[in-house]
This record gives sequence, C-alpha cells and structure tokens, in this order.
Amino acid sequence: MHPTTIQSARERTMRIEPMMKCLMITLLCSLCLIGTAALAVETPIKIGLLEDSTGDFAAAGIPKVHGVELAVAEINAHGGVLGRKLEIIYYDTQSDNRRYQEFARRVIYQDKVDVLFGAFSSASREAVRPIVDQAKQLYFYNNEYEGGVCDKNVFFSGEVPDQVLSKLVPWTMDRFGKNVYTIAADYNFGQISAEWIRKFVAEHHGKMVGQEFIPLSVSQFNQTISNIQAAKPDILMTLMIGANQVSFFQQAAAANLTTPMASFVNGPTFYEHKQLPPPAMNNMYIAANYMEELDTPENHAFVGRWHAKYPNEKYISQVGEDSYVGVYLYVKGVEKAGTTEKAAVIKALESGGMCVNAPEGQVCVDPKTHHTSHTISLMQVLPNHSLKRLEVWKGVQPSWLAEAGCDLTKHADQSQYTPSNPPSRK
Amino acid sequence: MALIAFLYQFADSFAFLVLCAAGLAIIFGMMGVINLAHGEFIMLGAYATAISAHLGIPLPLAMACGTVAAAGAGIILERLVIRHLYGRPLDSIIATWAISLIASQGMLIIAGPTIPGIATPLGSFAIGNLTFSTYRILLVGAALCVLGSLYYLFVHTRYGIYARATIQAPDMARALGLNTDIVYCATFGLGAGLAGLAGALYAPTMTLVPTMGAGFVIPAFITVIVGGGDVLTGTAPAAGILGIAQSALTFKYGTLIGQVGLLLAVILAIRVLPRGISEWIARRAS
Repeated sequence: MHPTTIQSARERTMRIEPMMKCLMITLLCSLCLIGTAALAVETPIKIGLLEDSTGDFAAAGIPKVHGVELAVAEINAHGGVLGRKLEIIYYDTQSDNRRYQEFARRVIYQDKVDVLFGAFSSASREAVRPIVDQAKQLYFYNNEYEGGVCDKNVFFSGEVPDQVLSKLVPWTMDRFGKNVYTIAADYNFGQISAEWIRKFVAEHHGKMVGQEFIPLSVSQFNQTISNIQAAKPDILMTLMIGANQVSFFQQAAAANLTTPMASFVNGPTFYEHKQLPPPAMNNMYIAANYMEELDTPENHAFVGRWHAKYPNEKYISQVGEDSYVGVYLYVKGVEKAGTTEKAAVIKALESGGMCVNAPEGQVCVDPKTHHTSHTISLMQVLPNHSLKRLEVWKGVQPSWLAEAGCDLTKHADQSQYTPSNPPSRK
Repeated sequence: MALIAFLYQFADSFAFLVLCAAGLAIIFGMMGVINLAHGEFIMLGAYATAISAHLGIPLPLAMACGTVAAAGAGIILERLVIRHLYGRPLDSIIATWAISLIASQGMLIIAGPTIPGIATPLGSFAIGNLTFSTYRILLVGAALCVLGSLYYLFVHTRYGIYARATIQAPDMARALGLNTDIVYCATFGLGAGLAGLAGALYAPTMTLVPTMGAGFVIPAFITVIVGGGDVLTGTAPAAGILGIAQSALTFKYGTLIGQVGLLLAVILAIRVLPRGISEWIARRAS
C-alpha cells in the first residue's frame, strides 16, 4: 500500500467523520428539543386547593371547590396555559384549622404546587399564611374578608370592607337611621369587620348602640334577640359565620324582630335566602360583588355553564364566583410572565392592567396591595326571598390599604393592618 | 318587665337543657352507656322531621316521625352494637364515637351540606317593647311534658318497674323471670327517641346541617353529669341550676360570658356534688 492511498483513505474518512459528527449532533439536539417540548407539554401546572367540603363551613366551601374546577375545565378545554394543562390537587380541610396547616405543608413541600388556592375563614387563612410566607409560595385567597393583609406572596380575589361597608353602612344609615347595632362571630374576621363598621358609622355621624361578639358554637340566640330589641337600633349589621350562627335569622324572624338588617357576608357566603324558609331573611340588605341572581348576559351564561357541570348545586355563591375569578387572574399572570415561576408571576400580576372579565363585571388587580377592584351591588331580600337590586357601583377600588401605606411593588411585607393599626411607614 | 324577659330567657335555657339531656340521662345516667352518638340521634330526629314536613305531613306528625325514626335507629344500634358494651364504658366511648362519625359524615354524603329548613310556627307575642317567639313557650311546655311523662312512665307503669329493676339489679331481675335483653333494648330506644324528639322540636329553629348535633352534645353531657343518674331528681334540678347561671350571665354580659359561666357552674357543681344532684337527693331522702 502506498501512503497516498492510506492518506487519502484517511482524509476521506476524516472528511466524512466531521459530517457524521455534525449529523449526529444535530439529530441528538433535535431529539432533546422534542423530548423537552414533549415533557413540557405533559407536565401540568399544579394548583393546590384547600377548602372545607365538610364541617361548619361546608356550605361555603363546596361552591369554592366547584368554582375552581369549572375554571380549570374551561381553561383546559381551550388548550391550557402556555401549552400546559392545569391540574388541581385538592384536600378537604374539614373546617379545621389544624388540617389547613397540615395540608398546606403537604401541598407546598410534598406536592410542590405552582400556586395555592383556598382557605375560607380568616382564621384558617391566618393559620396558613405563615407557612406560605416561609415557603414563598404564591397564594390566592378567594373570598371576601376583613381586609388589611399586605403580603407579597398573597393575592385576593374577594372584596374588602373599605369597598363594600363604605357603601353599605352610609346607604342604610341614610335610609333607616343613625343607630347601629352589630352582631358578629367572635374571631378575627368578626372583630376586625366590626371595627370597620364602627369606623364608617363614626364617619357618617352615627351611633353604635350595641355590639355583641358570639362564639362560633352558639346556635340559640334568645338573649341576643332581646338585647337587640332593648337597644332599639335602626339597623342591625350582621356578621354571622357558620351553620350554627346562621340559625339566628330564623329565630329572629320567629321572635318578630323587625329591625332592618345589613350584611356583606350573610347572603353572599352562605346563601341564607335559599337555605332558610321565608321570611327569615326578609328586610336584609346585602352588599356583594356577586350573587347568582345578577341579571346580566355574562352572568346568565356563567350560571348556565356552572349548572351544566353541577346540576345539583344549591346556589352559586359569591365565594364560588370569587374562586372562579381567582383561577383566571392567576392564569393571566402566568401568561404575561411566560412562566409559572412564582416571583415572575407575582411581578406580572403587579404590572398593572391585569384585568379579567368576570361574571360580576371587570375585576382588576391593584398592583400595590394585590387586592382586586369589584362591582358592588346593593340588594334587598324580599319576603319571598327573591332579590331586588337597588344600587350598583362599578370599578370600586380597594383603596384604603394603599392609601394607608402598603406598596408591595416597593417593599415586600407580610402583615395585616386594621384601621386602628395601619402600616406606619414614613 | 326586665323580670319577665329574664324569666323567658331562663325558661328557654331550662327547656333546652332538659330536652337535650333527657335522652342521654336515660342512656348514660340510667344505663351507664357513654353515648357519644347522642348528637347524631338528635340530628336524625331533626332531619326526619324536616323531610317529612317537606313531604306534606303536618308538623306535629312530622315531629312524631322524627322521634320514631330516632327511636328505631336506637333500637337497631342497641341490637347490633350497644348490647355488647354494657359495663364497658371505655369501649362504649370508642364504639359510639365511631357511630357518630359514620352517621354525620354519612348524612353529609347522602343529603349534602344542608337541607331546606322548616319555618318556626306560631308567630310571636309582645310584652312592652320586646317581642318573643311563641314557639319557644311551647318548647318549655314540651320540656315539662317530657319530665312529667318520664315520671309517670318510670313510677306508675309496669315497664317502668321492669326498667328500674333491670338497671338496679339485673341478675335479680333475670332470676325473677324478666327478659332483661328486651328491657335494655326498649330503654335504649326510649333514650334515642327522646334525643330524636329534641331534634324534632328544635328543627324549626335551626339550620339543618349534618353536624348540628354537636351543639347539643356538650350541654347534654354537662347536664347529665351535674344531675346524676336519675332523670327527675337529677336532670331537672341540674337544668334549673345551669339554666339560671347561663341566662343570668347572658342577660347581664352577653353570650360569651354566658357560655363561660355555664361551664364554670358545672365545674363548681361537680366539685361540690361529685356524684350528681340525684345522688345527693337520694342520700338526703334515706
């Protein structure tokens, strides 16, 4: 063999080898890309859901679960988010705060969810929030509450007192008189909401003629009713939470308590006007961002879709709609961020203009406080328990917390503030 | 005026404690079975009443249905589970706790988180500028009727003699030819029926949820423990004393203090009379 042949043979082989290498590398890369793409398409976005389907708060919890399920089904039917499907990992917290803590840890550290939804009572939310903050878990709290939570990791799809009581208290005082009596559940929600009522009553030159805070386990209200009558109020503000306390309305009606009542929880949350036989809720004035009876084309379509999926649903409550809207707000954030990475989604939701066309109307996230603007309707419950809308305010902003000094776009925070304990930032 | 309002509150409190506790006084007080499913018998009575009423049955008859349903459930339970647990109080705690969970969660699964309620009948009446529900006066009457009927039943009827004999000295009763199995069964059924009656009577005043029994269980137990074994010399005076404590404090300071006061009164009472009021009365009488 003479060297040229070997050399040229080698040259030929060596010329082919780079080509082969190149081809192989390209093949490998494409396989990798396809593989990653395939993997990305298959990995669902995990939504952790903690709600009370059993226990004292079941009537509130079940529509909340259904709201999230309906939203997830709708979004998945339209192709999911960023090409990925949404998956719900749900635990029934049984209206028990210890279960909330146990399942919050499980859902964050074991199931490693991309977002946490849930909690109904303010006590359960506050039980879960430290765990959420420690893990820097993105968390959506989807119902009305007493307001004031300024937390970088948390977003709120429900309304707060400075949006709703700011309308309800003056409206009822102008109509019925200046003397106000409050009955409230004796825990953080009832106490803080009662503080808000006192604030608005004072601002509107009214008088608190009485307040009673009642433990959640009480179901007989004779003395409460007598105390209310003895104080002769013009308006009775009610903040009764849970199945036991809701019995108040029936007993008050039986005792012929005729004082006009007003609430932003009794009606919207436990649909008492459907649970209790008429005329127990007669003369109740409700302020809500959503009731199933809202007469708009968007709502009729929404109610139709809900009943198609849940034909036996007793009532689509405000907390159910808030949960539904919460999913859409989260998805909007993910789409803007282009990722489910929690800090990026939080930043996207803080970017402004993050709005959703909810069944109630347009709902937008306030960047500074992570709360949402709402359409507030004031409705009267009639003797036959149908609702009559008397007033509506659109685009009501949750302005108190920002005005008081909470700005999550500038300073991360994890506290709850009240009118008597505002953020003290210079 | 304030006195009348207070008397109304006291009577209402008394009636609630008597009606809650009557069934448990028989099952726990007389038979010694710690029945943690007591609240579920109440719930069953309330649910059966509400369902019957919504089917069109007139309310008094619907309440009778509720009572009978609870009594029937009690008899079935006694035959299947409880009769193995006489004289075994710790085991009866576990068994009845299990039954309580099965019943309340089972009802949640079958009937949902809530069922439509019944409107409170009979309207209201006014004294001065205070108005009161007439139905609650009827509840007081019902409590007194229950006490009276139980007195008549246990003192003046053959069943009453058999029941007291069987519970006080079962071996002797058996030796004398009494079928103690049937007596135990009937007595447990009576206790369950009384719990069902409490549920039936309070159904028109409350929201009907599967866990509604929980609000009755604590008042029932504390009344029976303060009262001791006998329904008449125990439960009634205990309901009276605890009723006064609760209504006086609620009247003056509100519901929270009323609840706290009730429990403090219980602590005091069992410290002073550890075996209950009926035991103290029996010792005084002998």
